[in-house]
Amino acid sequence: MSSVAEPKAAPTNRRGLTVKEYGGLKSTLCVGCGHDVITRQITQAFYDMGVDPHRVAKMSGIGCSSKTTAYFVDRGHGFNAVHGRMPSIATGSSLANPNLLYIGVSGDGDTASIGAGQFVHLLRRNLPMIYIVENNGVYGLKKGQFSATADLGSRLKTGVVNDLPAMDLCAMAIELGCGYVARSFSGDMKQLLALIKGAIAHRGTALLDVISPCVTFNNHEDSTKSYKWAKDHEIPIQEIGFVPFFEEIQVDYDPGTTQDVTLHDGSHIRLRKLRTDYDATEKMAALTLLHEAQDKQEFLTGLVYVAPEKKDFISLLNLPEEPLAVIPDEKARPRPEALAEMMEELK
Amino acid sequence: MSTAILEEKAPAPSTGAPPVVNDFSIHVATANGSGSMSSNNILMRSIFQMGIPVSGKNLFPSNIQGLPTWFTIRASKEGFIARRRDIGVLICMNPETAHEDVRTVAPGAAVIYEESLKLNTLRNDVHFYPVPFQKLVLELVHDGKLRRLAVNMIYVGVAAWLLGIDMAEVEQAVAKQFKNKAKAVEINLTAIRGGFEWAEKNLTKSDPFRLERMNATAGKIIIDGNAAAAIGCVMAGVTVVTWYPITPSSSLAESFTDYCRRFRLDPETGKPTFAIVQAEDELAAIGMVLGAGWAGARAMTTTSGPGISLMSEFTGLGYYAEIPAVIFDVQRVGPSTGLPTRTMQGDILSTYNLSHGDARHILLIPASVEECYEMAMEAFNVAERFQTPVFVMMDLDLGMNNWMSDPFPYPEKPFDRGKVLRTNGEIEEHVKRFGGFERYKDVDGDGIPWRTLPGLTDHPLAAYFTRGSGHTERATYSERPDDYQNNMDRLARKFETARKFVPQPVVSNGTGSRVGLIAYGSSDFAVEEARVILKKRGIETDYLRLRALPFPPAVAEFVAGHDRVYVVDQNRDRQMYELLTLEVRGDCTKLRSIRHYDGFPLDAESVVEGVEAGEKR
Repeated sequence: MSSVAEPKAAPTNRRGLTVKEYGGLKSTLCVGCGHDVITRQITQAFYDMGVDPHRVAKMSGIGCSSKTTAYFVDRGHGFNAVHGRMPSIATGSSLANPNLLYIGVSGDGDTASIGAGQFVHLLRRNLPMIYIVENNGVYGLKKGQFSATADLGSRLKTGVVNDLPAMDLCAMAIELGCGYVARSFSGDMKQLLALIKGAIAHRGTALLDVISPCVTFNNHEDSTKSYKWAKDHEIPIQEIGFVPFFEEIQVDYDPGTTQDVTLHDGSHIRLRKLRTDYDATEKMAALTLLHEAQDKQEFLTGLVYVAPEKKDFISLLNLPEEPLAVIPDEKARPRPEALAEMMEELK
Repeated sequence: MSTAILEEKAPAPSTGAPPVVNDFSIHVATANGSGSMSSNNILMRSIFQMGIPVSGKNLFPSNIQGLPTWFTIRASKEGFIARRRDIGVLICMNPETAHEDVRTVAPGAAVIYEESLKLNTLRNDVHFYPVPFQKLVLELVHDGKLRRLAVNMIYVGVAAWLLGIDMAEVEQAVAKQFKNKAKAVEINLTAIRGGFEWAEKNLTKSDPFRLERMNATAGKIIIDGNAAAAIGCVMAGVTVVTWYPITPSSSLAESFTDYCRRFRLDPETGKPTFAIVQAEDELAAIGMVLGAGWAGARAMTTTSGPGISLMSEFTGLGYYAEIPAVIFDVQRVGPSTGLPTRTMQGDILSTYNLSHGDARHILLIPASVEECYEMAMEAFNVAERFQTPVFVMMDLDLGMNNWMSDPFPYPEKPFDRGKVLRTNGEIEEHVKRFGGFERYKDVDGDGIPWRTLPGLTDHPLAAYFTRGSGHTERATYSERPDDYQNNMDRLARKFETARKFVPQPVVSNGTGSRVGLIAYGSSDFAVEEARVILKKRGIETDYLRLRALPFPPAVAEFVAGHDRVYVVDQNRDRQMYELLTLEVRGDCTKLRSIRHYDGFPLDAESVVEGVEAGEKR
């Protein structure tokens, strides 16, 4: 009888965890769905960054995209909210416990239509969280209706033409003060991974608008959200490198062609400019870029805008270090003298 | 004998009518935004300081400036503080409503009015006191900009003379009202004294209404229900408040904010032990509360009927996902336009069954400012114990009007944080006892499962995925019929447990009468007064005051023990009566309905008339 060879130990991250320990349930989405690719990049990014999995809080609304939070980091709590209202759940939970790493996954229907109200206020508050929109231009779980991010003139399989302009979630986010705004494509895994890592390192809302084709309802020839269309049209504005805070930084870049941005946790995001004149820290430049791209029907990807210093909502509230969720009762209930003072004033 | 008390006796009436002492209403008609609120508060507080039980009701329009508004102060030596239908003293300051106002007072009333309105031609069965307010204000107040506001202080002085209000008490009330701001105190006191002196010189009292010093308010406080509930929340250790402004609930969140800034700062760090967010709408307000409750904070929101409608969907999720939340519903007449500044017990049915599926909710119903304070605290214990949204059903009358009360006692009861596993040790202990941890498993037989909070422990069993109705006991996704049904049955068991846990009814039994009354919330003041009147007229009544839903067992017992039970509702559709008919089934033919739904607070006469009509049949 031959002895069984010692299985080769799976590699571990700085926390001593394997990538499997950042996994979740098996996906129930359609085979080939772009969302599953994004799930894999999220898992990989959390593993690479050595995030403490039990301190991850996964937020979602309703739709195919919103199901995916069950498919990664099942050691963290998850909350599948009602349609379009994940931001308020994330806000409330952050007030109670800001020490968690919040990641929200939503779709274009969940964010741009029913959730537009909460989405804009989340951005305005700059709540610290990663907000990924898995954007395919259609309602998948509801079986193929147009969403508000569908491009003007695009055509459904059924022949229905979209005659309303698309909402540009990135432009909206920049306008409302979001400090980390990126557009990507689920087919561009390298870029996506770097952008998610950057989002983990950022403090404040990090919006990732990721074109993620719906293989069932919006991957046909006339679609502007299909794999083929996106592959053929994607124009990255930068090549994105990411150096986490726990790795030594190399200084071999050309300042003329590469922009180096230090993020909140000390990590660096390296943007090798493919458009030499583009500065991702310039708000007006970012807005101009997006407007021009829309006019020219260009599909630009990359880190569109980054402002790492912007104050986030939790800091504005000046909350104590100890999360409100676990503040001891004696600190939360005033002493008898305080009540006596209130009563005296009312006499 | 306490000779120290100065008595400023009202002038004796010149007619022979017997005096009416400490038992009448003063009704002040002004225009909104004319600063009359300060004058009315000073009048009310002066009477209170004279030891006379008093209540104040603001009947105001949905408007900032210009529309008519009324304030009613009731003095009652017997301590009745419900709205009184008949008006003893009318102060007419608003030309727009003056004619109508004079027509509606009872015969024999005293009417103070602006001389130029010439109201004395309208009736000959009331006592008219014309006062040249506009002329007086020109003499008394030199700053033209302040005259519009100060003119209302003159009627305080005239009323003080007419009714015998002690000027020393008025001075103290003015100081309190203007928080000792010397200039404001001086200007307003000059106007009040001017009114008093003018009346003394020029008027002759002919009406019978008088205020005389008593000793029934010593040590008491005056507070509105919203502020009382806010203090309850401060003492309940509420840490997260998210709200959207809506009349009549806004002042609850605003009072909470004010008190927290003074009394809820960490003494060591100076940092707040609370977070308050004005949300973008009620959809977000309740979402934030649920998010905070899910993560372990004591969280609440404040709203009124239209907001409750918007919270419907999330409330259903809260019920099924089993998340503690407290929602204060200061009920008003809905919807958005119409009578948003008038009172109603309008949301009982809709809130009890708010949302989709088989959702049902626990409602706490305070009937006084003391109970607003107590139930505000209790609501968080109930919400955390039962892991579910709990509604505190106040109303505009209770929430926004001023009530007299004993000072609130310091809470003896510690917080009940419910079934929470916070540490690895607690989870291990739970696993040892029950063979594992499953978020939605009923291990105790009361329908209430145990929960963990996100991020507090790295125990491999701690994390779970929160979703709506379709889940197993382990919180995994499931659409299996048996999983769904088991969960629904457990939720029903949990609701049954709640019946005995929620605040139990207050029952006044034992008159031996076959007639019972059931009422709830702010109706209590009028009902208690009505029982006294009914007794005098030969009808004894027992009384059960409901303090919460679901109905505790005592309710069916009370109905079973009487032949006829009158259920008092401040709404058209007799909402509590309808819920009771479902509850008492076989006995439902015993139930009678008394309804009051004109937007004004309930008065005792309405209850008396309802019972008398039923008993004569």
